[in-house]
Amino acid sequence: MATATETKAPKKEPLFGKQERTLLTDPLLDNNPITIQVLGVCSALAVTSLVYPSLVMAVAVVFVCAFSSLVTSLLRNAIPKAVRLIVQLVIIATLVTLVNEALKAINYPVYKQLSVYIGLIITNCIVMGRLEAFAMANKPWRSFLDGIGNGLGYGLILVVVGAIREIFGKGTLFAGSGIAMRFIGPGPEFMIDTATVGQWGNSWFGWYANNNFMVMSVAAMFVIAVLIWWQRSRNPKLVDIS
Amino acid sequence: MGDFVNIFIKSAFIENMILAYFLGMCSFLAVSKSLQTAFGLGLAVIFVLGITMPINWLINEYLLVSFELEFLRFIVFIAVIASTVQLVEMVVEKYSPGLYAALGIFLPLITVNCAILGGSLFMVSREYNLTESIAFGLGGGFGWFLAIIAIAAIRERIRYSNVPPAMRGLGMAFLLTGLMGLAFLSLSGIDPAVFGGWNPPK
Repeated sequence: MATATETKAPKKEPLFGKQERTLLTDPLLDNNPITIQVLGVCSALAVTSLVYPSLVMAVAVVFVCAFSSLVTSLLRNAIPKAVRLIVQLVIIATLVTLVNEALKAINYPVYKQLSVYIGLIITNCIVMGRLEAFAMANKPWRSFLDGIGNGLGYGLILVVVGAIREIFGKGTLFAGSGIAMRFIGPGPEFMIDTATVGQWGNSWFGWYANNNFMVMSVAAMFVIAVLIWWQRSRNPKLVDIS
Repeated sequence: MGDFVNIFIKSAFIENMILAYFLGMCSFLAVSKSLQTAFGLGLAVIFVLGITMPINWLINEYLLVSFELEFLRFIVFIAVIASTVQLVEMVVEKYSPGLYAALGIFLPLITVNCAILGGSLFMVSREYNLTESIAFGLGGGFGWFLAIIAIAAIRERIRYSNVPPAMRGLGMAFLLTGLMGLAFLSLSGIDPAVFGGWNPPK
């Protein structure tokens, strides 16, 4: 984040140069919104009991993050400093309303499952945080990329946590979607016929009893804590000194 | 009155905003490093939740629902919250400098606290009436306050423990919140209206 904002922009900016690439890849691991910047944790915990809703949530956040950054960056010279928070909130709220109505029309079961958490993207600190830290001071195209990068970093954690919790909690992957597959243990009834999905559909460890603890939202705290541990022991520069 | 007390207890302990729904986690993790600041933020959350909840209820009932404008709910709610926070900040600064100094920078931060907007959205989806939503606001705020005080106290102590370097700070905060959430899970399923509730004599 800091490196991208501080370096001087060259005379003729390439459309997709090295700096632009770091904007996209940096938030995925070393500057991840959830595990390093500690932004947007609320929804990461509550929606990740299954992979499919987490994936939908991730797509929604990438969309809102990218386009709110773009719009804010376009308007950045026109927004008075005193009311900038309210202007940003209105931009985000408009985009979230769009996502909400679209999801309601496209996939109602998932909409019911995510319930208030789609609305809570408005107060998701990632979106606000990137607007304040990046989009208010940078050109539209780079803000757009930064928004996509941070949305993807958030989505990555969401999907990883969702996958771990679903495999160990229900023994399945992508339950509730068209490509639901049973992975380990005895699967619940709504799984599609295991014969049609080939060997991936066959349950491997039939003796495994589903761990209901992983389905509870508390489990997400422990999964993310382990992710943080892994990430920081891999890269000691990230260790919290305070 | 019985409903009020029951919903207060339910939202403060059984369905705690942080430990059961994980709302307001960002500020919970970021501001719980010292007990004093956690206290200020907790107070501010009670204050703002208690005020915005009835306002949002009135607006939702008499403007949005009666004119069929429900799709504007997000924008209206967040605008109400942002302007209430601003208004409260100005009023408190003028009439109670002591409280203003105590709440300090936390008031503006609260606009983007998920617990506030989440409270209003839960209020709509659970179809509370006006009294119930006031109770829900105050109770939810109180539960949030309790949780952040508890974790701040633990984190102040844990600073002197020998934690693996990679787990210091954020990692331990996540683990501790998880353990506290597990502890609060033992309260789930209790319905104060049925079991041990406060039923006033008729």
